[in-house]
Amino acid sequence: MLWEVFVRSRRGLSHVHAGSLHASDAAMALRNARDVYTRRNEGVSIWVVPAAEITASSPDEKEQFFDPAGDKVYRHPTFYELPAEVRHL
Amino acid sequence: MSLAGYVLGLADDALVLAQRTSEWTARAPTLEEDVALANIALDLLGQARYLLTYAGAEEGAGRDEDALAYRRPSSEFRNVHLVELPNGDFGRTIARLLVFSAYRYELLTRLADSADPTLAAVAAKGVKEVAYHRDHAAQWTVRLGAGTTESRRRMGAGLADVWPYTPELFTEESAALVAAGVAVDPVSLSEPWLAFVSGVLTSAGLVVPDVAAAPGGGRRGVHTDAMGPLLDELQSLHRAHPGAVW
Repeated sequence: MLWEVFVRSRRGLSHVHAGSLHASDAAMALRNARDVYTRRNEGVSIWVVPAAEITASSPDEKEQFFDPAGDKVYRHPTFYELPAEVRHL
Repeated sequence: MSLAGYVLGLADDALVLAQRTSEWTARAPTLEEDVALANIALDLLGQARYLLTYAGAEEGAGRDEDALAYRRPSSEFRNVHLVELPNGDFGRTIARLLVFSAYRYELLTRLADSADPTLAAVAAKGVKEVAYHRDHAAQWTVRLGAGTTESRRRMGAGLADVWPYTPELFTEESAALVAAGVAVDPVSLSEPWLAFVSGVLTSAGLVVPDVAAAPGGGRRGVHTDAMGPLLDELQSLHRAHPGAVW
């Protein structure tokens, strides 16, 4: 069974997709993820998700999904000053 | 027994099992397990390096970790027989990892309170590693034991293969070092060890094997036939290129 692995590298950051692996069940998937994706001190938290449970957008829908956002510059948070102490935004 | 001798036993258990476990590299049942076993081997090798260095310093004869790992004959190795046994199949490998890491977990947990600050520090670092090794072996034991007829048969056979070598883990060594609060009395580890292992076996639908104890003697430098070939491989590079470094 295929699992997708998400790793949070440190507190305050989001889990980021790290890759995928095979495991017989969730507990083994979590341990395999620890061994395969955090052996160089990459993480403080791991999520594993059955790959079959992920609903993904289709490349065929790319135009209607994403192109309309391309020219909406007013949606970007670039029209005000960002305090210096705000990071990870 | 001297402190150096005691530390050498702790070091050699880790070194020899690191060597055995690394034999799985590129041959494990799955890619994920290949990495897991390599990680475990490297953890044990790391423990061995600290302990060999310390044993060499305590001995005071100018031997460093490389001299102790690569230039000792079998008769000077102080590891238990359990760690030198050939890997066998995956079931036996997991059975050995289960009984050894459960033993070492109990040992390092107590050694972290040693009156010897170096041993206490190495143990405190190592216990977190060994806790993971123990968990890894326990997870696999349950899955193999409660898996298919074949996996259950092999897990049971592996357990029966390694079980005779477990009494050696709990044989009294140095009363003086124990009394001084430096060493852990191995006899005291037997009960908590059996409680953990039998709990895992119950979850796996397996039972504690009813088999006679092997003679032991590893701590005295008496080893099984498997030890010679293991050392031949471990020491081959150093023999071909004395003093070689990375």
